[in-house]
Amino acid sequence: MDIFGLGLALIVLFVSFGFVVGVLFGFFGMGGSFLITPTLLILGYPASVAIGSGLAFYFGTSVIAVMKHYDVGQVDYRLGAILFVVLSIGIELGSRLVFGLEALGVANLVTGVAYVVLLAGIGALFLRRAANLDADHGEDGEAVSDEEIPPIARQIQSYTVPPMIGLTSGGRASLWTITGAGGSVGLISGLIGVGGGFIRMPVIYYLIGTPLTAAVGTSLFAGLFAGAYGTFTYGMGGGVDLTVVSLLLVGSALGARIGSAATTAVNEDEVIVYFGFMMLFASVGIALSELGSWLEVGTLDVVSVFLLVGSSFVVASLILYQFGQATRTQYASARQVAKSGE
Amino acid sequence: MIELSALPPSVQAALLVGVILVQAVVLYVGYGAVERIVTERFSSFTDA
Repeated sequence: MDIFGLGLALIVLFVSFGFVVGVLFGFFGMGGSFLITPTLLILGYPASVAIGSGLAFYFGTSVIAVMKHYDVGQVDYRLGAILFVVLSIGIELGSRLVFGLEALGVANLVTGVAYVVLLAGIGALFLRRAANLDADHGEDGEAVSDEEIPPIARQIQSYTVPPMIGLTSGGRASLWTITGAGGSVGLISGLIGVGGGFIRMPVIYYLIGTPLTAAVGTSLFAGLFAGAYGTFTYGMGGGVDLTVVSLLLVGSALGARIGSAATTAVNEDEVIVYFGFMMLFASVGIALSELGSWLEVGTLDVVSVFLLVGSSFVVASLILYQFGQATRTQYASARQVAKSGE
Repeated sequence: MIELSALPPSVQAALLVGVILVQAVVLYVGYGAVERIVTERFSSFTDA
């Protein structure tokens, strides 16, 4: 049975995978588009459609994130507007590169290899963070103020290459730094179909040098418009599968609410190590898929779907299980208090 | 009825952005209402 041109199994897969991605990223506070594009690649979608649909999914989740956080965080609107322009130029260049690579017949390979490196890198970072958490227990770490600007950013701001742009935090940053940093993030977004929030926010904080609260808000603001532009530019070339994006969003919007609610009951430190392994499994999955295409072994594609989608399901289930346990305990203790009061 | 594929690509792409925007807003508001109902029910159980 086909609905909207997709089989029932694929519809269930997209909605439930969207839900899983929503739970994970509602919990860990990331957009999650970097799991969507590789999954679509493994499922056999052309690179331009996988990337365009990944960006469109990112745009949808950004709209939801902005609605949720509209009253949270400060936004440096001038910086956000400049970033939007340079991010969009980067995305445009990245998309042209993808369509060019597609014409050469190597777009899927290049995107696949980029994802193997990206997901392995993120996985390694999370595992390192998990290891540091263990090492830090019992130590009195110095709290970093949200208003503080990191030393590396102050160092970069000391190179006054005109034109200089005034930031709302009081500092000044060279337009060249903003253009170089924002353009590079946009190029990566356009080239591999990620929203890039996980690189955009650190770039604004560490390279441009705004306080953390302003970096979060400004990243979200610039990312929303850049996501819309990415969707538009890939949409012009027929690179967005609206049915797939819609199904993913239906699942993801629900999952993100549950994942976000779970943060109040589940300790992130206990789950972060599994998230790191999940990213490594996803990276191996894409590598196997590329190997399968090269060797023309279809079985490897099945294994890669299991690794990428399966590991995400396992980690999301773990969060949901712990959330369920915590909610049940809360319910039982409330009943106990009510009974003892009678 | 307007044939969407007959529209220029830029108009089709702008419509695509609009559809995703509206869908995201509807999902946010809709699931928000469901969440409120579930939370109220849960609170009434635990407060009882």
